[in-house]
Amino acid sequence: MSGFQTNNTVIKWIEHRLPIFSFLDHSVGSGYPSPKNLSYFWNFGSLAGITLVIMIVTGVLMAMQYTAHVDHAFESVERIMRDVNYGWLLRYVHMNGAHFFFIVVYIHIFRGLYYGSYKAPRELLWMLGVVILLLMMATAFMGYVLPWGQMSFWGAKVITNLFSAIPFFGDGIVVWLWGGFSVDNPTLNRFFALHYLLPFVIVGVVILHIWALHRFGSNNPIGIDTKGPQDTIPFHPYYTVKDAFGLGAFLVVFSAVVFYLPNYMGHADNYIPANPLSTPAHIVPEWYFLPFYAILRAITFDIGIPFTGVVIIEAKLGGVIAMFGAIAVLFVLPWLDRSPVRSGRFRPIFRLFFVLLAIDVVLLGFAGAKPAEGLWLLIAQVSTAYYFLHFLVVLPLLSVFETPKPLPTSISEPVLKGGGGAMAGAPAKPMEKA
Amino acid sequence: MADTATPAQVETGETRRDFLYLAAGAMGAVGAGAVAWPLIDSMNPSAEVLALSSTEVDLSPIAEGQRITVTWRGSPVFIDHRTADQITQAEDVAVATLPDPESDADRVQRSEWLVVIGVCTHLGCVPLGQKTGQNRGEFGGWFCPCHGSHYDTSGRIRRGPAPTNLPVPPYEFTGDTTIVIG
Ligand code: HEM
Ligand code: FES
Repeated sequence: MSGFQTNNTVIKWIEHRLPIFSFLDHSVGSGYPSPKNLSYFWNFGSLAGITLVIMIVTGVLMAMQYTAHVDHAFESVERIMRDVNYGWLLRYVHMNGAHFFFIVVYIHIFRGLYYGSYKAPRELLWMLGVVILLLMMATAFMGYVLPWGQMSFWGAKVITNLFSAIPFFGDGIVVWLWGGFSVDNPTLNRFFALHYLLPFVIVGVVILHIWALHRFGSNNPIGIDTKGPQDTIPFHPYYTVKDAFGLGAFLVVFSAVVFYLPNYMGHADNYIPANPLSTPAHIVPEWYFLPFYAILRAITFDIGIPFTGVVIIEAKLGGVIAMFGAIAVLFVLPWLDRSPVRSGRFRPIFRLFFVLLAIDVVLLGFAGAKPAEGLWLLIAQVSTAYYFLHFLVVLPLLSVFETPKPLPTSISEPVLKGGGGAMAGAPAKPMEKA
Repeated sequence: MADTATPAQVETGETRRDFLYLAAGAMGAVGAGAVAWPLIDSMNPSAEVLALSSTEVDLSPIAEGQRITVTWRGSPVFIDHRTADQITQAEDVAVATLPDPESDADRVQRSEWLVVIGVCTHLGCVPLGQKTGQNRGEFGGWFCPCHGSHYDTSGRIRRGPAPTNLPVPPYEFTGDTTIVIG
């Protein structure tokens, strides 16, 4: 299996004792055969990995300057901005890096949703991805608390208070999370400790994620399995160079924001020091949480037995369940969508609903940014309903009732026929590297 | 002692080994729990946080109709020197119709002084109404801008997503015009 070759005696010496070079070669080198038809949507995995590294590097450097104490946190961040050499750069890269991390990961997830990358045999790969998403959310949430501005404080308060919705133990859990009777110094301290820890846990899960990926290799835009060497090209140099190009494009956009619009995606109120006695008029989470925030607030009604007044789930708990449920459905998605065809390209009706889902999530995002009342509340409620219908009803039904278009016989076929009519019968010849 | 299972034990499939296995497993679980508890409990409020938990307030400067905010255990506490009007409003409500039924008398020690924790029972914002000119909501008490909860002049929830009334902290009159909260 090991096609790794070298003449370098030092590498040979190490390789014999710790086969790390062949391991790397199988992971991201010429020993990793990848489908030859991957589109630019397949760039976002490596981009996410690189962004994680950027976050860790800037974060560790800032941690050397940051003070996790309610009396000093805000000022220590301002000191990073004004006095620390290139501190402004570290912080703006870290702050906007978080935004771009989510942009990249959301595109990565929607890529998977469209091309059916969650289907057998990649279910665990997908579920590990959802774990990474959850960890990222926790990390970003706690990071946002660290500068101890108004949004930091009130975001922390509102979100930790969600746990008080849990019956019986709720209040005890909230006090335990806070380490006090309100969001205060103990809370800030533990959030810093966890904000430092979780990114490294993410690194661990990413390694599992890539391990699972390499078991069967990447999915691809037409979603059928590679049938042999004629369908693949070595990861290195073909995809290393493509990923590097993608990284360049990404960094152009990223730098433009870091240098010219560093506060565009943030909220101005977070430049006001936290004040536990005064709530800002309008608390909004960072944009990447908005769809979930909208779902949380869409449940404004108690759920109970009709006409009896018996309440089983209070509105507050209902909202929390719906919000976590929105991520929980992603965990079981491989078992909800039973269609054997992976790629949306061959599923005309699925494709339609996929577009609807994308619009739905964007609508939820807008609704999450507005006060939960009137028309926006209605939009949030309808969109929340559709979100769950999509996963729990539409996808299972489509797996049964949709007739997919005929699949090509191999990855090479659609390339070779050159966009013309179907080249019936002719088995694909290895003709890559034109 | 050296014998293992008697014929009867063999019949039911239970052996001394099964018993030892279960007993050791159970002990192990208890041990793991005993180790986990200190780790979990270390995150609960520490002794010095608990020690800071009483606040003395001098009520004499608060004029009738005026409200002040003090801090107790890191949270705002609203102290309202209620007017006669506000008191009647609070008392004249059919208690059974309230979302969280509680009579005004159960919420105050002296009816002109209302003391409640100023933290919305929905998700923890500080409701408006302490400063003059702020929106006091439709029931003349407090209004939480975060998700629109209205509280009345007894600090009871009347409309909006908050499930319960503003809680009354434990407090005590130590003099005619001083209270100790906590
Ligand atoms: C998964 C990777 C990470 C994400 C998504 C993330 C996210 C965030 C966010 C959103 C903020 C608030 C930025 C602001 O508004 O000022 C922040 C702040 C901070 N983070 Fe991270 N972070 C990550 C990794 C790390 C790591 C590994 C460290 C190392 C200790 C770190 C240290 C800090 C520090 C010291 C701050 C406070 C300074 C500031 O607010 O800019 N972060 N992080
Ligand atoms: S926190 Fe007050 S209404 Fe939600």
